[in-house]
Amino acid sequence: MEQFLNIFLGGLLIGGIYSLVSMGLSLQYGVAKVLNIAHGEFLMIGAFVTYWLQQSGVEPLLTVVIVGPTMFIIGFILYRTVFTSIRLRSAHPGIYESNSLLAAFGIYFIVMNIGILIWGTTPHSYTYLNQSISVGGALFTQNRIVAAAFAVVIGIAFYLFLTNTRTGKAIRAAAQDPATAGLMGVNIDFVLALCFGFGAAMAGVAGSLISICYSLSTAMGLGYTVIAIVVVTLGGLGSIPGSFIGGFILGVIGSAVSFWEPGLTVASYYVIFIVLLLVRPKGIMGR
Amino acid sequence: MDFSNINWKRAAIQPGIPILLLVLVAFAPLYGSGYIVTMFTYFILYIIITVSWTIFSGATGYISLASAAFYGVGIYAAAMFGERMPFIFVIFIAGFASFVLAFIVGAITLRLRGIYFAMFTFGLVVLMKEVIHYWEITIEGTRGHFVIYQSNETIFYYLLGIFVVTIIVAYIIRRSKFGLALASIGENEEAAGHTGINVTMVKIITFAVSAIFMAAAGAVMATKLTYIDPGVAFNPMMSFSPALMAIFGGMASIYGPVAGAVIFSYLQELLMTGSLKNYYMLIFGAILVATIIYLPSGVTGLIQNLWRRFKGARSAPTRG
Amino acid sequence: MHLLEGEKVTKYFGGLAAVSEVDFYVDEGEIVGLIGPNGAGKTTLFNLISAALEPKPGIIKYKDKKINGLKPYKICRLGIARTFQTVKIFGNMPVIENVRVGSLFGPLVGLSTAEATKVATELLEFVGLSKVAYTPARDLTLAHQKRLEVARALATKPTLLMLDELMAGLNQTELLEAMELIKQIQKKGITIIMIEHVMKAIMGICDRIIVLHHGQKIADGTPQEVANSKTVIEVYLGETSDAGNK
Repeated sequence: MEQFLNIFLGGLLIGGIYSLVSMGLSLQYGVAKVLNIAHGEFLMIGAFVTYWLQQSGVEPLLTVVIVGPTMFIIGFILYRTVFTSIRLRSAHPGIYESNSLLAAFGIYFIVMNIGILIWGTTPHSYTYLNQSISVGGALFTQNRIVAAAFAVVIGIAFYLFLTNTRTGKAIRAAAQDPATAGLMGVNIDFVLALCFGFGAAMAGVAGSLISICYSLSTAMGLGYTVIAIVVVTLGGLGSIPGSFIGGFILGVIGSAVSFWEPGLTVASYYVIFIVLLLVRPKGIMGR
Repeated sequence: MDFSNINWKRAAIQPGIPILLLVLVAFAPLYGSGYIVTMFTYFILYIIITVSWTIFSGATGYISLASAAFYGVGIYAAAMFGERMPFIFVIFIAGFASFVLAFIVGAITLRLRGIYFAMFTFGLVVLMKEVIHYWEITIEGTRGHFVIYQSNETIFYYLLGIFVVTIIVAYIIRRSKFGLALASIGENEEAAGHTGINVTMVKIITFAVSAIFMAAAGAVMATKLTYIDPGVAFNPMMSFSPALMAIFGGMASIYGPVAGAVIFSYLQELLMTGSLKNYYMLIFGAILVATIIYLPSGVTGLIQNLWRRFKGARSAPTRG
Repeated sequence: MHLLEGEKVTKYFGGLAAVSEVDFYVDEGEIVGLIGPNGAGKTTLFNLISAALEPKPGIIKYKDKKINGLKPYKICRLGIARTFQTVKIFGNMPVIENVRVGSLFGPLVGLSTAEATKVATELLEFVGLSKVAYTPARDLTLAHQKRLEVARALATKPTLLMLDELMAGLNQTELLEAMELIKQIQKKGITIIMIEHVMKAIMGICDRIIVLHHGQKIADGTPQEVANSKTVIEVYLGETSDAGNK
């Protein structure tokens, strides 16, 4: 029982972070149609900025207020400078998708290596709220619980933003059908850039939250990108609630596999991905 | 492709210059230093990988990120069979194994949309790395393998042989009926199917054929490494490099990927040593982004356009 | 025996039936018009016949053999060729290459490259595109691109040719030329099914007309019969009088 709780609750805790990261990618891929392979690099930058600020005495949880908006602006500008021009030059959506995937690979190399040039390749960490809490005999550190809670709150808040505000509705309209949304008076380039910015912000904030409970390295990004791609496929492209729930599912699966055989965790994600693509490419919540 | 319109002067010069260059390169071990031979080895390696990448991805527009997986299969073939049989057989085994792997992967994934194919093939590299790593640690209780030694000259000539075969095959495919089918798929897959082309089969076979050369090159290069493990064999850079080199060079002719491969392997040679490595990767990324935005038809496309404009040619197509 | 025959052909998208239990046939040598308001299921029916989609349920027979479940390229090689509502040409290839693709891969026994070039040249002459044979196909006008699609389809040596809105977007002169082209194709002994909104063309050249509405067949008969049918006038001619004036 204790072991089960350890696996299950542990999976849910990391799953909260996965949800946040994946919702970000879901916006970028599901709406802006950029399969942003550099997504995890924004997470890495967020994590290191928090680490940086923490070292100079700032409360880590407060850093999300800085990381989030900064990442948003970077993401927004990146979309307007790189992806808008790719979109306008592409003859059809398929070309746009593959070209922006390749451009995203370029950005991945740029951001990761900037990170390495600044912070090197050795892992970093700091201690924060590291007392343990017992849940039915299973022990979890406070920082993991706080990080997961923050991730869930931000995720839900964003979902409410999408469903209840004008901008949110424009984003959802663009996700449904960019051409028609454009006709309805939605400034499509602006909305897509917003999505990309929000996606980057979520990755950055997730990075901040990860830094309070796990050690960080400049190579951490790609792993989270892979997870986010699997979750987005699992939840259904462009479905924000799908990504939210998918994150928890993958968290629990990952937690179970690494309990049984840590060496196969990443392989299991890929197997899930393959099976999904072949059996149900629409995902669990796909229309 | 129109036979009535062959420009005979061009037909004579066109293969002439490359063959001259090939002969010059082929005798490099006789006149060049060891450094030159090694550098040429890398040039040839990247040309092989990039040209074979272009055979499939350039023609169809499906971006394959599986090159590292096929290259890695070659490396592992050399590690496993290198001591047991003449090396030429090892190369054949590597090529065959990769052909089969690519055929299976293609059969599973080539029904998917382009972007899924890219994701899937990239995942393949990661999966193979993880699974083989797990296999070695848990089942074999080792990490990595030794590979038989070959002299730099031997490696050079093996690669040169593979290079010649790759170029010939790429050329034949481009000029054949099969190549026309492939180009139609790249232009409009649906129309190609309704015009009598067995779209799935053409894609799968081309993908599998292109994998042969990557694996063959991997098998030869493995002997240069002497000791390999999954991290070395399945390095994702081997998937990104050919894509970048081909896009940067331009894919309209066979010269594009060749030019791209030579330029980047030279850049890599200059920067990949020691602490400059991260600058190489950074520049690599920046050039990739810039190429996609500003040079959709690559350097060869750019040169062609400039040349046309320079000659004031009749109705040079304007790129929008 | 009918050349092409459909029994209770049905196709659902989500919960909606785009084509619902349609029975139809096409006889050798006919020109059959397929009409109906937008969203009536005409193109879906074309896609079902050419195997871009598979009917569920329903049976499509060609020369008395069931053909559903086959791949598009097989359908093409059996002798059913098609054009597309939104043109799908090989834009970066020269015009003649587009047609050569058809003659190299379309017939049951593919032609040699020399024969293919000969056939392609003749077909370009036939559709009136000889002058632009070496122009990249993307640079042609829409009317010419549509003709190119016809030439490419003819190059596959079809028994049955399916034309999807060949005349949409053409001006008056082009329209007359297109009608003439269709008559010429019929003279070659090729059976034709055509989707069309241009009433004048439909009434002028079709031997028989099938009318679809909301995925169901509501009429099937000579142009006269269809034009006088009350159901057709109610559901179709009334709704799309604007389309007819184009």
